[in-house]
Formats: sequence, C-alpha cells, structure tokens
Amino acid sequence: MTRLKDLNPDDFQDRLKHRGLRVRCGPYVYNLQSAEQKIIDGLTLLYPDFEVMLEETFSDFHIAMRPSGLSQKLRGVVEFYWDGRCPMNIIEVRHSYAFLEWGMNWCVSIASNEYLKLHAAVLEKNNKALIMPGLPGAGKSTLCAALTLSGWRLLSDEHALIPLHSDTVVPLCRPISLKNESIDIIRDFDPSAVLSKVAEETHKGRVAHMKADMAPNSHDATPVPTALMIFPQYEAGAEFSLRRKLKTEAFMFAGLHSFNYKLLGETGFDTMTQLMRSVNCFDLRYASLEQALAAVNHLEAEVFGE
Amino acid sequence: MNNLLLQFINDPAVSVHFTPAQWDVLIPQARNSFLLATLYRMLEERDLLDQIPLPPRHHLFSGVVTHDRQMLSLDYEIKWMLRAVSALKVPLVLLKGSAYLQAQLPAAGGRLISDIDLMVPESQINAVEAAFNEAGWLGGHADDYDERYYREWMHEIPPLSHIDRGSTLDVHHTIIPPTANPNTDADKLFAAAREIRPGLLVLAPVDMIIHSATHLFHEGDFNHGFRDVLDLDRLLRHFADTEPGFWDELVPRAIELDLLQSLFYGLRYSHKIFGTPIPSQVLAQSYEAVSVKLLVPLMDYLFMRVLAPNHFSCARRFDGMARFCLYVRSHYLRMPMGLLILHLGRKAWKRRFTKEVDVEDPEYAEDGEKA
Repeated sequence: MTRLKDLNPDDFQDRLKHRGLRVRCGPYVYNLQSAEQKIIDGLTLLYPDFEVMLEETFSDFHIAMRPSGLSQKLRGVVEFYWDGRCPMNIIEVRHSYAFLEWGMNWCVSIASNEYLKLHAAVLEKNNKALIMPGLPGAGKSTLCAALTLSGWRLLSDEHALIPLHSDTVVPLCRPISLKNESIDIIRDFDPSAVLSKVAEETHKGRVAHMKADMAPNSHDATPVPTALMIFPQYEAGAEFSLRRKLKTEAFMFAGLHSFNYKLLGETGFDTMTQLMRSVNCFDLRYASLEQALAAVNHLEAEVFGE
Repeated sequence: MNNLLLQFINDPAVSVHFTPAQWDVLIPQARNSFLLATLYRMLEERDLLDQIPLPPRHHLFSGVVTHDRQMLSLDYEIKWMLRAVSALKVPLVLLKGSAYLQAQLPAAGGRLISDIDLMVPESQINAVEAAFNEAGWLGGHADDYDERYYREWMHEIPPLSHIDRGSTLDVHHTIIPPTANPNTDADKLFAAAREIRPGLLVLAPVDMIIHSATHLFHEGDFNHGFRDVLDLDRLLRHFADTEPGFWDELVPRAIELDLLQSLFYGLRYSHKIFGTPIPSQVLAQSYEAVSVKLLVPLMDYLFMRVLAPNHFSCARRFDGMARFCLYVRSHYLRMPMGLLILHLGRKAWKRRFTKEVDVEDPEYAEDGEKA
C-alpha cells in the first residue's frame, strides 16, 4: 500500500495537477485534480497518511478545482468540477481548500444511497460506534475534534453511513471541519493538533480543517457496530445536563436531519428502526468542553461496558 | 470510441467484462446523462447485477433509489392533482417522463424526471391554474417580463411549485409555442389521447413520438440530449411491436400536426445513434419535410455532437460552437426574429446584473439529482 507521504513530491504534484490523484477515503476513492497551491498545501499537511491508488482504477468521485479560463484565472477564482460539470458557484482561490473539503462531503451527500446517511459526527472506541447527530451550531464538530484528540477514533465528522438493513456504521475518516471560535478552542485544547491555514470570510465565516486520522486503524473501512447516540447541545452558560432520550424522539430527529431518509422510503425506515434498536440515546447540554468530554467518556464506560 | 455508455446500452452484457478503468469513465457518463438508474434496470432485467463490481454497482443502485422514490412521489402527486381538478371535468394529459412512468412504458425503466409536465385545453387553463393554486401549487416570484413571456409567447404557464412538498407542475396547453412556425392543432392531440386511469391521459403513441422529437429538436436544451434520444429509441421499438399500423400512421400524423421536420430529426438520430429499426420508406417520407436538403450534413455535424453523453470523455473539438449554434436555432424556431432579438437581449442584460448572488450551501443539498 502506498501512502501519500510515500510519493516523491514531484510525482504527487504531477498526479494532482495533471493525471488526477486517487485517494482512498473509507469506502470511496476520490480522484482529485487541481494546480492550486492552497490545495497542494492542504493535502500535503492533512492527507499524508491516506492511501493513494497508483494504478488506473475506478474512482467514485472525480473532483477538479481550476479556473474555467483566463478570465477566472485573472480574477483569482476557480470552479468546482464534479464529473466535468460545475454544480456550485465560483470559489475564491483563498477558499479553495475549504471548498474542496466541502465538495468532497457534498458528493457523498448527493450521490450515495447504498447507505442511510445521517448528518452526524461518528466516533469509535473499543469497536463500538458513537453517533452524534446535530444541528449546525450545536457544537458537534468541536466535541468531535476534542474526542478525536483524546483517544477516540474518528469515523466521520459529517456522515454516519449506515449500510441498508444493518445496525453498523462504515468509517469515512477525513479531516474535521472547524468553524470560527472552534478553531481557537481546539488550538487551546491541544496545541499539537494539526490544522490547515484558516480560510477567512467564507460564507460560513472562518474555517480550518484538522488532521483526524491519528489512530493506527483510522483508514480501516470495516463496518463498526453502533452502540451510542448522543445529541450534543452547546450553550454558553448553560447548566450541564445529561438525559436519556426517547428512541422515538431520536428517530424523528435523526430522520429529519438525514440526507436521504425520505428518499430511501421503506428501506430507510427499516434501517433506521434497526439502528435505533441497537443504540442508547442521550441528550447532552453543556457549557464547557471538559464537561462534555467527561460525560461522553462516562457513558462510554457505562454503556459500552454493558 | 469512448462512448462506453452507448456500448453498454447496445449490449449490457459487454459490461461484465469492463475493467475498473472503463467503469471509471462509464459511471460519470451515465450520471451526467441521468441514466444511472436505467443501466441498473437493464442489468437487473438480464440478471447480470451480480457480475458487476461492487463500487460502480453502488452508483447504479443509488440512481435507482432516486428513480423508485420519484415513481412513488409521482403517484402521490397525481392523486392530489386529480383531486384538485375533480370539479372541473378537465382532461389531464401527462407529457414526457411522467407519461412514460405512469403508462408503464419500457422507456420508463429507470427514467428520472424533474418536473411533472402536463397539458390541459387552453380554454380551461386558467381554471386549472386556480384549482392547483387552491391545492397548494403556487407560481413562483416571476417578474412581469417572465409572466408575459410565458403567458403570451409560450405554450405553458409559469411553473407551479407545491408549498409543502416542493413538487413542480409545468402546465402546457399545447406542445409547441404559439409563436413558433408550425401550426399545430392541440384539439387533435386531446382527441386522440388515451386514458390510463379515470381523468388521466397520455398522448396517443404516434403523438407521443412526435412530441418527444419536437421537444428535443425544437427546444435547444441538450443537457440530457443523449437520454432523450434513448427515450425515442425505446418508444419507437415498443410501439412498432405493440401498435398495429404504427409506422403507417406516424408520418401522416406528423404532417397533420405540421411537425414533420422535428420527426425527421428524431427518427434520423435515433436510428443513427441507437440503430433503431425504422422502415426505409418512413425515413424517406420524413426526409421530404426538409426544405434545404444541403443543410442535412451540417445538422448531422451539429446534432451528433450535442447528442453525445455530456462528459469530457465524449468531448470533441467545436462542441461548444455546436451547442451555441443549436441554441440560437432553437430560439429562431421558437419565435419571430424581432421578438427573438428583444428576448435574448433582455436575457443577456438580466444575466449580466444578477450573477453570483446565492451561495449555495453545499452541506445542505437535499436528496435527489439536479435535472
């Protein structure tokens, strides 16, 4: 197996700029193509441990980021190409790496229906998976990053991929996206965390990505049994609370914030039912990261120990 | 030849021997042509799915999930549409994809749709619009110009979108804009339409072919051109087998509807691309409609380019120019020159000043493919 860091820099850049760089991420292979320095830097920093496929093979998603022509090049903007088409608006070069990461998520959100896809962060400990669905702003990415830095294995910070008619989750480990205050919180939490350069003034504010494949088996795509579902809610000054959540309520929330629950119809319902039977559900309200970490670790010991 | 999609459609069994590198080209071709689900169904019918490697098979399956959901939603929307207009005693004639799906034609296997296209008599279109409004399908925020564009010059009213469910209805009163040259009598289409369940109709087989061809060769939208010609191929093969007298009726009917030229192109490219078996006298009769025969090689050059799968593996030099020429042609066919210049000028002006507004949030794209 060849990892990105094993490629000599010229070969890496030649592939990325011209032939396409094939990177394995969980169950998928991405074919990435771009000559933007931001993207070269971002991948060099955050993807050294990812497997690259040297031979011509099947790629699930073909993504390119480049100016469509001279006019875009002069204006310092690029297009996001998926299979040669441009489904998004133009992107400023300084945001190109952040958009590449979003775009890589977006392809999975749009295209993959062989899984029930929940909008959630997913982590693993002792071969049991923790799923954390959450609305934007609920603090799930921050908590997810902190857990990843404290011995949990990240399975995904965006998609819980549940194979249809199963109660397992398939890992798709990629860098974690941090926004605004989260960036400094995580820097303070662990100064050794590897973060990309901050993309300023995106439509979501400041964005940085964190290297998240620290576990020895980070890139193992074997399905992991699910055990725990926590709905985190960060609120400044809030009183800490950890309550068991009704599975029916959890079902509704996760369904509503799924990318394809509705699309899958009956299969989606059956899969969600099976998933819910296998997990214990909790609502977690917290005002500090330390509280939340302690609570999650406590639940892990208690629930996973059962 | 890089058109693996065509190779697959001509003989799905060849795909069993495709290498991963070939699938790497085929899946994007199929995705961009809105045919992932169609390929899945073709393999399923021939019991070949098991022999396809899992990674590409997942993409085909993902397409079929969308297709199945659309079939279900279409059924549901039609139930509400029929309820909405039940007091009006108006015939609802489904068009294009929705018609193929509801009439369970072979062209429906894996066919994706974006909107629900239908046709009602012009005399009742206002009443139908009001009834749909009442039931929750509302017109968007079209400006005055768009309103006028649709209501005076086009053969449809502005699209109606459901306030809760988001389904979109394109309500037409004929199959070709009144400003276009052909003089098509919509009453004849209604008279021949076939009921598939109470209150719901589809065009008669010959009319369905003529409309499919007219839509493609008059509208200038070749985004899913390859798929649209495949529709024609599959419909033609099916009707040739199941409709007695189909080939004898086709050309006379196109003459009656003043749409023979579109039919000519439809038959020509369906035959050229997919080898559709078409009796030679039918091809010869339709050729009569072409006024300037010397132009046919040029049209072949242009159309064969824009009707290839929309993927760079099929790209050739001058594709962009071909697309542009046909775009201009479609507008020229659609309205008289004076009107055309005004309309395109206005469109260009609008585009100049309204670009780069909404930053689409890539994280929250909902289910389904953009069509």
